[in-house]
Amino acid sequence: MPLDHSTVRTIAQLARIRVPEEELDGLAGELSAILAWVEELREVDTEAVAPMTSGTDMSLSLREDVVTDGGARDAVLANAPEAVDGFFAVPKVVE
Amino acid sequence: MAALTDLTIAEAGRELVKRSFSARELAQAHLDAMAAARGLNAFITETPELALQRADAADARFAAGEPLGPLDGIPIAVKDLFCTEGVLTTAGSHILDGFVPPYESTVSAKLRQAGAVMVGKANLDEFAMGSANITSHYGPVKNPWGPRDGRDLVPGGSSGGSAAAVAARLALGATGTDTGGSIRQPASFCGIVGLKPTYGRCSRYGIIAFASSLDQAGPMTRTVEDAAIMLGAMAGHDARDSTSAPVAVPDYAAALDGSLNTSLNGLRVGIPAEYRIDGMAAEIGALWDKGVAWLEAAGAEVKAVSLPHTRHALATYYIIAPAEASSNLARYDGVRYGLRVDGATLDEMYMKTRGEGFGTEVRRRVLIGTYVLSAGYYDAYYLKAQKVRALIAADFREAFQAVDVILTPTAPSDAFAIGERMDDPVTMYLNDVFTVPTSLAGLPGISVPAGLSARGLPLGLQLIGRPFDELTVLKAARAIENAAGFPLGGPSRAGATATGAPDPASARAGQG
Repeated sequence: MPLDHSTVRTIAQLARIRVPEEELDGLAGELSAILAWVEELREVDTEAVAPMTSGTDMSLSLREDVVTDGGARDAVLANAPEAVDGFFAVPKVVE
Repeated sequence: MAALTDLTIAEAGRELVKRSFSARELAQAHLDAMAAARGLNAFITETPELALQRADAADARFAAGEPLGPLDGIPIAVKDLFCTEGVLTTAGSHILDGFVPPYESTVSAKLRQAGAVMVGKANLDEFAMGSANITSHYGPVKNPWGPRDGRDLVPGGSSGGSAAAVAARLALGATGTDTGGSIRQPASFCGIVGLKPTYGRCSRYGIIAFASSLDQAGPMTRTVEDAAIMLGAMAGHDARDSTSAPVAVPDYAAALDGSLNTSLNGLRVGIPAEYRIDGMAAEIGALWDKGVAWLEAAGAEVKAVSLPHTRHALATYYIIAPAEASSNLARYDGVRYGLRVDGATLDEMYMKTRGEGFGTEVRRRVLIGTYVLSAGYYDAYYLKAQKVRALIAADFREAFQAVDVILTPTAPSDAFAIGERMDDPVTMYLNDVFTVPTSLAGLPGISVPAGLSARGLPLGLQLIGRPFDELTVLKAARAIENAAGFPLGGPSRAGATATGAPDPASARAGQG
């Protein structure tokens, strides 16, 4: 199903990526071509097939529920574009 | 003795033990080569001071008679997708501007503990998304085998900088990562060996994530023996990666060495008919046939196998990988690291940061991934792809009942020119047609240089093995390597240096 201009705008909003208005049509064409191409999977019979959800068939291991790391506030904040008083700083979200 | 930069890892290691030269001399030779070949744009960050420091530490160990092993003092390049403590790490993306990790990835830490000397962070496609190394924010990498007909060639991708660095003798080996072919396809394009281990063999901790159920680190080297040496240091269980396999790591190099003069008697090699795709270049088919003959001459028994869902692998991959990427890349929000573009509200800040920070291919994949995971489409696309993935994995399990290793071409063509195949994303995706199925099934695969195309460019053959059976893959690959007699001399010296003056913006000296 081809994607239109406004669907691409909605997807971009969901993905939190600003896309300039003039690029929406081009993107709609590219994304539609990719989706048309992957449509071929519909012809594969997967009726009784369980989905493969991991690159490995081993089950996840458990570890002791203990603190293994910590006390690294300054290292954690070192790459922040803006840090204030030991916190990440963002534009105001609550009036 | 050959120039220091022409040695293999195995040779250089033996000479370092004999003190034929120092680790500092070996490092300096590679740093000089790296500086002379900046026109290739193989590195995003050069780390000469760090390299000399680590080389001096290796020399001190040699002087004390306590070397760490076969990688002690060996200059390597590290793909700029591995977090390196105190050294700028970019993933080839604008959105990670200025990111200096406070910690080291497990794989690069293990190589460091084995004494390897990092000379720099290798260029790559942005977030490892690409097959030509043309999507990097830091500019395209040039293949040292080019130019041809007046045009620069791509090195393949996404580990294009790693492949170019090893082929052009700027490092004795390099780390790569492979999600759908990103180690094997550039190895084929640049005439080197590239090994993608079994999913879970090497820890993903500290590797910037693209598609977590597919990503796997591996070595890129000039010989199969060198790949075995590097893999031995990189592999192993790591509690910090929940999908890292608690499986013992064999001494690959010793086992390979022990089988040096033995034949492949008893080895069963499968040839999947489904890989002889429509429109496959005649020279690719001819090289594949040669590979069959070489393995038979070495004593292997060759038989046909069927992998019937092969033709659906690319479409499956281009749903699963973008879906996982859209989730993984949600972390780039302008809050914790990298680029921030200011906005009046939090949402506006997110949107502007991600709009400016991601390149067009990454944006395209995040949007596709967001769409296939969105309400109403999840079952039709993502769940469907996961089911087809299960069928592709089952095909391999079935084939490996009858054979021990599978032989295929690595890529459908030799290296193409920078700028070619860019009009249509799907055409670019076809580069990975032979490598993606192995990735989806989580199996080990190697590309070994096997010959030259009519244009004189390298072509690789791929060997695929059972889970955690890298050793059989390495043994069969060495038989191909021996029979092919691929010119280890590699690209002409002229090729490596005639690619123009260095662009001051493209190679950043220092340690960021």
